[in-house]
Amino acid sequence: MELLEAVVLSVLAASTPLLIAATGELVTERSGVLNLGVEGMMIMGAACGFAGAWLTGSIIVGAICGIVAGASMASLFALMALGLAVNQVATGLALTILGTGASGLIGAGFVGERITPAPHLYIPGLTDIPFIGRIFFGEDAFVYLSLALLTGVWLFLYRTRAGLVLRAAGDNHVSAHALGYPVLRIRLHAVIFGGACAGLAGAYLPLAYTPFFIPGMTAGRGWIALALVVFASWRPGRLAVGAYLFGAVSILQLHAQAFSLGIPAQFMSALPYLATVIVLVLISRARTGGSTAPAALGTVFVPDR
Amino acid sequence: MQLILEKRTERSGTIALISPLIAIGMTIVTMVILFAILGKNPLLALWAYFIDPLTDGYSLQEIAVKATPLVMIAVGLSLCYLANVWNIGAEGQFLVGAVAGSWLAVKTNGTDAGPWVLPAMLVLGAAAGALYAMIPAVCRVRFGASEILTSLMLVYVADLFLDYLVRGPWRDPAGFNFPTTAEFDPVATVPVLIEGGRLHLGAIITLIVVAAVAILLGRTIKGFEIRVVGAAPRAARFGGFNSKQLILLTFAISGALAGLAGIIEVAGPVGHLQPGFSPGYGFTAIIVAFLGRLNPVGILIAGLFLALTFIGGEQAQIAMKIPLDVTKVFQGILLFYVLASDSLILYRIRLVSTSRQVPRGTA
Repeated sequence: MELLEAVVLSVLAASTPLLIAATGELVTERSGVLNLGVEGMMIMGAACGFAGAWLTGSIIVGAICGIVAGASMASLFALMALGLAVNQVATGLALTILGTGASGLIGAGFVGERITPAPHLYIPGLTDIPFIGRIFFGEDAFVYLSLALLTGVWLFLYRTRAGLVLRAAGDNHVSAHALGYPVLRIRLHAVIFGGACAGLAGAYLPLAYTPFFIPGMTAGRGWIALALVVFASWRPGRLAVGAYLFGAVSILQLHAQAFSLGIPAQFMSALPYLATVIVLVLISRARTGGSTAPAALGTVFVPDR
Repeated sequence: MQLILEKRTERSGTIALISPLIAIGMTIVTMVILFAILGKNPLLALWAYFIDPLTDGYSLQEIAVKATPLVMIAVGLSLCYLANVWNIGAEGQFLVGAVAGSWLAVKTNGTDAGPWVLPAMLVLGAAAGALYAMIPAVCRVRFGASEILTSLMLVYVADLFLDYLVRGPWRDPAGFNFPTTAEFDPVATVPVLIEGGRLHLGAIITLIVVAAVAILLGRTIKGFEIRVVGAAPRAARFGGFNSKQLILLTFAISGALAGLAGIIEVAGPVGHLQPGFSPGYGFTAIIVAFLGRLNPVGILIAGLFLALTFIGGEQAQIAMKIPLDVTKVFQGILLFYVLASDSLILYRIRLVSTSRQVPRGTA
């Protein structure tokens, strides 16, 4: 029972950055923009988040630094992909390459430093309930925040007028433009929101997951978050399922390594990546009837005046 | 003020020619600012980056050695990108090619195998790279899975597989427990061109590849199909071009070239298989492909330029203690400017004052 509790707790912790980053990217993609730079925005969020927390001693300041870093990177992407109508795939790649380099530069001074990780909630009585107590009432703030974020995005997309307009811009930008909606401005906001989420997800890693920063510590999580959006068929509800599933795969392979089943550790470490490929194939295959992707996803829009 | 893009009636030839130069110029301006922020003398830093490596024979050879894999991978990738196929996992295909070729080198190590070993290694490397690239290509063609994500995921898998091999079955028994294979035999090593130098046969192979791809693109029907599928997918459909076949073909060629580059790198300058032997050639090659405007000759020049930044970065680190990550930042910024100035080929940029304009299309 205690082992199970430990596994569930670590799965939740491992899933949270995936869930936050994927939630942001889902909004971006629903507005019709494919930002492949999630990995770059996340690692910048991790470096700046750790720098902020280490310099001020405050986890909240660190998280804000991460959000600002991710949002600034996203603004750069928006300037290129929306302002200059550059190919979104290539721009996203550029963002990841730039983020990897710049985070190394920023984080270089902080390698080897440690901070006190984000505190876990403790409610006397509730948190002490065996098994479920720590799982439901003993997480760090990021875990609750990620769920609130996802709920908020779901409400926004399906229960508000602005959400409807955003989805319209993502499905048919010409019609949305003809109806008088500012397609590019909507997309700008969606891209920046996605970047802020990616930055927060990156900041989670050194602020709560491991209390230190190492270059390249996102280790492909940004790319997995992108795959999760596809997995979720661009629906927030399924995103949570996907994120926890992937978190589970990455934690189970760690536990399997500890039991040393005779399988080389590298093969177990490759599991989350292989799982991503397999899931993408299965999901895409099941969807042969018609794509559920936003119809205008990844296409350039230049308004005629 | 508002930024407005106006479509040009035809693409600007002048800007197409000078856009890489604009990008490099803008990057250098940005780098000067970055150096100043880092507290380094910008002029000295630029000198260390771009001029110093050109002044001695050793560095010049080293630039060609670094450009060899970059150009070979980028030429293959340009075929994909021209056809609007997004293979971003060249790094994985590069590693798998290196692993497959090294298999033969490890198996024949210490035996008196003949000079057939190296050619066989090169063939194995190219074949393995092509096969590895077929995974995302088939997933895309058969199941419609995004080749961007699958090809990238397979980079991590290839990296871990290589790590497993050199720490496990292929580890050099006499290697003091370092994760590396034994040094390859002379018959399993790419020969150098000048005695005692670093420039190797791979540079010649790369030039042949560049010429071959230039002919494929400019002089054959397949090359024409690749360009049409990317530039005008609807026209390609009307023309009856098989776009699925083209996805498989461009992935296979780019995978084979990345794999070939991988085994040449391992059997040439490195001399043995070890983790982390690639400073991300497969990713830098993406920048090379775009900086070279997806044109084989342009890629050759762009490859030499990015190789210069690798060497210059190392020299700047030694001489001025400038962190190596600056090179990556430089490469990322360069790709941004390249893409931005490419936009000028198709569009004219105008700043319009918003106060005078009647807002149309805004709600």
